[in-house]
Amino acid sequence: MDILLQQLINGLTTGSVYAIVALGYTMVYGVIQLINFAHGEIVMIGAMVAVSVILALTDTALPPAFILLTGVLAAMPVCMIIGLALERLAYRPLRKAPRLAPLITAIGMSIILQHVALMIWGRDPRAFPQLIENASLAVGGAAISTVQIAIIATSCVMMAGLSWFVYRTRFGIAMRATAENLAIAELMGIDTNRVIAATFAVGAALGAVAGVMVGAYYGVAHYTMGFILGLKAFSAAVLGGIGNLPGAMLGGLVLGLVEALGTGYIGELTDLCHWPFVAEALAERCHADGHVVLLGSNYQDVFAFLVLVLVLIFRPSGLLGERVAERA
Amino acid sequence: MPLMEALDLKVHYGGIAAVKGVSFAVEEGEMVCLIGANGAGKTSTLKALARLLPATGEIRFAGQRIDGMPTHRLIRLGLALVPEGRGVFARLTVAENLAMGAYAREDAAGVAEDLARVYELLPRLAERRRQLAGTLSGGEQQMLALGRALMGRPRLLLLDEPSMGLAPLLVEKVFEAIRAIARTGVAILLVEQNAHLALTTCARGYVMESGRITLAAPSAELLADARVRAAYLGG
Ligand SMILES: Nc1ncnc2c1ncn2[C@@H]1O[C@H](COP(=O)(O)OP(=O)(O)OP(=O)(O)O)[C@@H](O)[C@H]1O
Ligand SMILES: [Mg+2]
Repeated sequence: MDILLQQLINGLTTGSVYAIVALGYTMVYGVIQLINFAHGEIVMIGAMVAVSVILALTDTALPPAFILLTGVLAAMPVCMIIGLALERLAYRPLRKAPRLAPLITAIGMSIILQHVALMIWGRDPRAFPQLIENASLAVGGAAISTVQIAIIATSCVMMAGLSWFVYRTRFGIAMRATAENLAIAELMGIDTNRVIAATFAVGAALGAVAGVMVGAYYGVAHYTMGFILGLKAFSAAVLGGIGNLPGAMLGGLVLGLVEALGTGYIGELTDLCHWPFVAEALAERCHADGHVVLLGSNYQDVFAFLVLVLVLIFRPSGLLGERVAERA
Repeated sequence: MPLMEALDLKVHYGGIAAVKGVSFAVEEGEMVCLIGANGAGKTSTLKALARLLPATGEIRFAGQRIDGMPTHRLIRLGLALVPEGRGVFARLTVAENLAMGAYAREDAAGVAEDLARVYELLPRLAERRRQLAGTLSGGEQQMLALGRALMGRPRLLLLDEPSMGLAPLLVEKVFEAIRAIARTGVAILLVEQNAHLALTTCARGYVMESGRITLAAPSAELLADARVRAAYLGG
């Protein structure tokens, strides 16, 4: 098997999901300079709602694609309502408060949403029913599954759709204007509260779809899944330059690829039996087992945060960000 | 009834009073200026009129009370403010900035007409329509800010130091454009550091000193006034 190609495919898949989630962080940051830590939880709730709806429909005679679509279409409005409620009830009253207040509120909201999910769906992971037959296609020396193809294609369509919306429509231009200068946007007759609310709604809708994609990819949904996913997507947004839409897309893809390649090769790279001098010292064990692996692929989650730390040190404004993130 | 009227307008920043109860009016179609030294409270007054700052007092525009109205709604009544420092959207193109100026309007035909008029009045903008506004020169940005305000088809245009930071030749051009706008019947309230320029452009003027209006008279009288000459016209 071609490990490189396989990991590229895997990285592209998770990277597209990170990109979609990262867009939710970056859009909100762009308009109100708030890191909406609860966004990861919105993604989780999207997955949970979808899995519940899908489970309820699996025994019916409905076509699987229709069931999946129903799951997505149920998750989207639920997530949008939660996003709108967060903005209206938690963040808007703090719009003029010192920056730390909304940030801490966002963390609080994240904890609340997680516990609400725990109360509704319980502690046990929910198995995500396999609706589309998971056939694999051989590409070169690697394999790409139908689920992976579906995830990558859906993400591309959503990114293209969002770009069209933000760069080509009047409301999208108003969104960018609001992001740049809220007071001047008001002077144009733009109802900036509506724009901000819409930003949360759009981000949450994307998050809902991302939740379903993650659930379908890993085959489970769990009330804690939003935490790490959210942190990674946030790292992706910072990597691309927070507040920058193409940056979030690029950051997500790069992060997915780094993570996949890192996971694919970390075992081999940290296999002490490949290290010239160490191997001699460990000759006996190397001879017996063939490998003495220091760090295994369970270190997968480290890469995202390593990337985050490196970006913050060497390029705080991110790959495509223009200004240094002066306000945390 | 005047087009716009402010009664006992007050603005505070924390505990500091910047505008200490000013009253003034602008009639339909007239050009009025507000002059005064740095820190007199001119910008604060304009921002209060546009409801960008919390203020007390009464403001009437086009026959309605507008104090208490959010900015984006009173823009729809026909008010436009070109803020100090221009406030163009640097990351939007010239054309997008102009489109935002017409955001509140629904009459597509009228908007297209006004866009053509703006490009005619300010031909530089037409040449640069696809360029990001942040890459325009200071003078071009001022033109864009003016053009963008016109796209809202305002009845009253508030201008905050349109000459700031511009070379004399450009100031002349900007003021030519302002006079052309006034000729179309738009009322203008002009805030200017350059008192001579302001008073020769406008029919009437208010003089503001540390948060209060201390003089209100036709420009000719202000130009002849000994105190005004000493304080703002260099003797
Ligand atoms: N955001 C603010 N916070 C605190 N004080 C402010 C603020 N903005 C203005 N001020 C103060 O209010 C007073 C009036 O300021 P304002 O900007 O209205 O004056 P101005 O007449 O426009 O001056 P200039 O000609 O320099 O533009 C000044 O003393 C200024 O220091
Ligand atoms: Mg000023």
